[in-house]
Amino acid sequence: MNTVAIDTAPAEPRKFLCLEEAHPHNGTLLGFWLYLMSDCFIFASLFACNAVLGTSYAGGPSGHDVFDLTGLAVNTALLLISSVTFGFAMLEMARQRKRAMLGWLAVSGLLAAVFVGLEIHEFVTMIAEGAGPGRSAFLSSFFTLVGTHGLHVTVGILWLIVLMVQLGKHGLTEANRRRLFCLSMFWHFLDLVWIGVFSYVYLVGVLR
Amino acid sequence: MSHPSPSVHDHGTSHDAGHETMHAAHGSLRSYLTGFVLAAILTIIPFWLVMGHVIASPQTTILIVLGLAAVQIVVHMIYFLHLDTKSENGWNMLAFMFTVVLVVIVLGASIWVMYNENANMMPMSPQYIHHKQGA
Amino acid sequence: MPDRPAIWNFLLGRLSLSSLPLDNTIVVWTFVAVALGGAALMAMITYYKKWGYLWHEWFTSVDHKRLGVMYMVLGTVMLFRGFADAIMMRSQQAVAFGSNMGYLPPHHYDQIFTAHGAIMIFFVAMPYIAGFMNFVMPLQIGARDVAFPFLNNFSFWLTVSGVVLFMTSLFIGDFSHAGWLGMPPVSELKQSPGPGVDYYIWGLQLSGLGTLLTGINFVVTVIKMRAPGMTLMKMPMFTWTTLCTSGLIVVTFPILTATLFLLSLDRYIGTHFFTSGFGGNVMMYVNLIWVWGHPEVYILILPMFGLYSEIVPTFSGKRLFGYSSMVYATASIMILSYLVWLHHFFTMGSGADVNSFFALTTMLISIPTGAKIFNWLFTMYRGRVRFTVPMLWTMGFLFTFTIGGMTGVMLSVAPADFLLHNSLFLVAHFHNVIIGGVVFGVFAGINYWFPKAFGFRLDEFWGKLSFWFWQIGFWVAFGPLYVLGLMGVTRRLSHFTDPSLQIWFIIAAFGAFLILLGILSFVMQIYVSIRHRDRLAVGSDPWDARTLEWSTSSPPPPYNFAFIPIVHDRDTWTDMKKHGYQRPMEGFNAIHMPKNTGTGVVLAALGTVFGFAMVWYIWWLAVVSFVALIAVAIVHTFNYDRDSHLSAEEVSQFEHNGNWEPKAQGATA
Repeated sequence: MNTVAIDTAPAEPRKFLCLEEAHPHNGTLLGFWLYLMSDCFIFASLFACNAVLGTSYAGGPSGHDVFDLTGLAVNTALLLISSVTFGFAMLEMARQRKRAMLGWLAVSGLLAAVFVGLEIHEFVTMIAEGAGPGRSAFLSSFFTLVGTHGLHVTVGILWLIVLMVQLGKHGLTEANRRRLFCLSMFWHFLDLVWIGVFSYVYLVGVLR
Repeated sequence: MSHPSPSVHDHGTSHDAGHETMHAAHGSLRSYLTGFVLAAILTIIPFWLVMGHVIASPQTTILIVLGLAAVQIVVHMIYFLHLDTKSENGWNMLAFMFTVVLVVIVLGASIWVMYNENANMMPMSPQYIHHKQGA
Repeated sequence: MPDRPAIWNFLLGRLSLSSLPLDNTIVVWTFVAVALGGAALMAMITYYKKWGYLWHEWFTSVDHKRLGVMYMVLGTVMLFRGFADAIMMRSQQAVAFGSNMGYLPPHHYDQIFTAHGAIMIFFVAMPYIAGFMNFVMPLQIGARDVAFPFLNNFSFWLTVSGVVLFMTSLFIGDFSHAGWLGMPPVSELKQSPGPGVDYYIWGLQLSGLGTLLTGINFVVTVIKMRAPGMTLMKMPMFTWTTLCTSGLIVVTFPILTATLFLLSLDRYIGTHFFTSGFGGNVMMYVNLIWVWGHPEVYILILPMFGLYSEIVPTFSGKRLFGYSSMVYATASIMILSYLVWLHHFFTMGSGADVNSFFALTTMLISIPTGAKIFNWLFTMYRGRVRFTVPMLWTMGFLFTFTIGGMTGVMLSVAPADFLLHNSLFLVAHFHNVIIGGVVFGVFAGINYWFPKAFGFRLDEFWGKLSFWFWQIGFWVAFGPLYVLGLMGVTRRLSHFTDPSLQIWFIIAAFGAFLILLGILSFVMQIYVSIRHRDRLAVGSDPWDARTLEWSTSSPPPPYNFAFIPIVHDRDTWTDMKKHGYQRPMEGFNAIHMPKNTGTGVVLAALGTVFGFAMVWYIWWLAVVSFVALIAVAIVHTFNYDRDSHLSAEEVSQFEHNGNWEPKAQGATA
């Protein structure tokens, strides 16, 4: 159906209608991509706040005082590895190997869950030390940006669980493949945002 | 809404994209591993720079760290998100470029504007004094 | 928290009987009127047994045309509300001089101007443009529906959720008095401890999410679902502006969401983003909200530009002049709108270099807009112009909007803005562009597309009366504000001391009264047209129009087109008529359509409950409704069966029984 001959010769009558129903096509992947782009702007706003308020310590601790870079390195590694294992799951999906795919998805989800767990631990420790989100504008922006990312990862895990149930129930149908594809984009996107978080919020944060 | 509902069955401008994207954009084991190695390297370097205090000037370190982050974002885009000029007939790429331009405007101009406003309107604010002393 | 047993505080949060504004007679009487009116409406629906019809055919509908109509109804209802606020402000300012304090105490007056601004932008202008885009765009591109029909329904109900929260604030608690953008520090918890700002925040968060989903939906629809042959440069101008506006929505509304989110964190968990202490920075809120706020005004005006670009060629009997320049102007406005936001706060102290940059970009953006004005004028030039009601509104727009644009260029000069900032000159300017551009466009569009939606025209006489009342009323109402602004009178004042100013405010109030007559004429126009719908009945193409929506019956069948059209020319329908297109009467195919679903209504209702619970600190209800929201969304994803079928016979029936030709006159005449 893609190329309809556009006839400009006046002699022949123009064809104005497609007389047959065409195959359906789908905009979900593009739509989800646009959603991700819109999410970039949520994070852009939060990064802008962190850039502007990142040195407003209000007499409280600075990034140098509170950030644990070793823990950060572990978290970064977890997220990066889970991104790759999710990629492996997608490769298994392409090969129609459902069990292997579910296995890699479970691994990805577990890595992300550990990531969220460590992040919660970090937050709790900081709050216990008196460096909570209400202490200064710097800490407000830190908790909000990192927390929003963590919330996204949590949503991703929930989505992953739901989708694994659906994949188990209905198999690799067209709709499920599409959903998994969306989730994989989401997953990689969150890893991408994390690059900004660990580089700018943490690493640059301890330097400025 | 994490699951947009399937689109109404309809007719397209062209053969699209939906299927082909799904099949073409899985990448390969090779691409994922390449991306992983590159990303790991681009992550380890900034950590090493900051944790090891390799460069004396924090300004230089900051610039290098941000530069490496930008490179790593590109790496992720290519090897993990498989962004290219062909997916969805180029609309993904167009949307992405549009987003990059506007995000740069939002971040850059916000920082520029707020820096000037802080400098002009809040010269005595504690954070500035702290910042000056700290720097 | 009120002083009472802890169990009540747990159950009701900070909600108590004293939250009801029983001491405010205006609000009490409004409530009585609304309650009686609502009860009468409900009783009527029940009496005529229309609940089932409404639920099955409208509320749960995923049909873009029905959603479009519902958006228009929503916008109109809220126009009445927003205008009631306006006329209260105008009358207060006309009398509150010297010892006379007027009838609105400052606390109430502040809520009114806040509600007026927020409602007019978010719940009048936005629903209207969403309504037009919904109804018209899929028809123009020859599609059966939008890309995500369920999301479309959900978006609408999220908008309704925002409306419900805003309207609830009128009768339970109070509304924000922090201005339509909720500027801190006034909107911070210390300065506004009441529920008003929270109503504002949650209302906008819910409707903002709906708007974002609409934006994504329409971008995908335009990209993916155009009829074969319709290349980008063959898209009708309204479709182009829908694409650009939707694109802008996708890249700006998240910033609003994020900014309001940060404000709510300040209010709920005590962070310090925009507070006055602990390193918080009020100016950052102003910066962020305008990063969203300026593109927002282009989100409002671009679809109207598209709409005028459909009306002018139709009633001039000519192709649109300078189509490609129109497209490039729209696209460049889309980018430039992102580079001008600081002109809203030149006076905040960014310094000369920053101000100069944003002043220049602001002046720059007037160039593509000016190009469009010339395009419309040249389209009319040497055309056979028919002065129908839509065309009258368009001419009114050209005149009014151009002047509004010029005062905008005045304001873009940063040194001049130091004098005019926050003055009534500014108020006059933005009403000049928003009423002259958006509201006039809305009425032009309603008059233009109403026959397509319902199969009969709107009455000419009342339409013209409405136009002239609005047009004259606008200048009488806002001309004085320009004068007052130049004298240095600032906005948002509920009382004045200088009696020499009063005459201007009285003139302005008279102008508002004329506008009221304009609105009433519009109501009369609808009423009279429904009464005389047989006499006003039209066929599929009453205006001899040029784009695809006029090639199908009025109202169009659920599937829009029995056969998807093939596009050869930009003015597709004109081209089809010229080449002797004949509508086929047989050979129909079965058509897949999406099923209606009530999930959107349920989700949005849960969202409303969640918002209400958050406003009143009823934490248990917030948790329950939030969990329920997630649960319903997840359950919805387990439903894979979302399509239904229209058989070839049903399609054939629609095609034979549809309204294509004007019905024989005389029955009622």
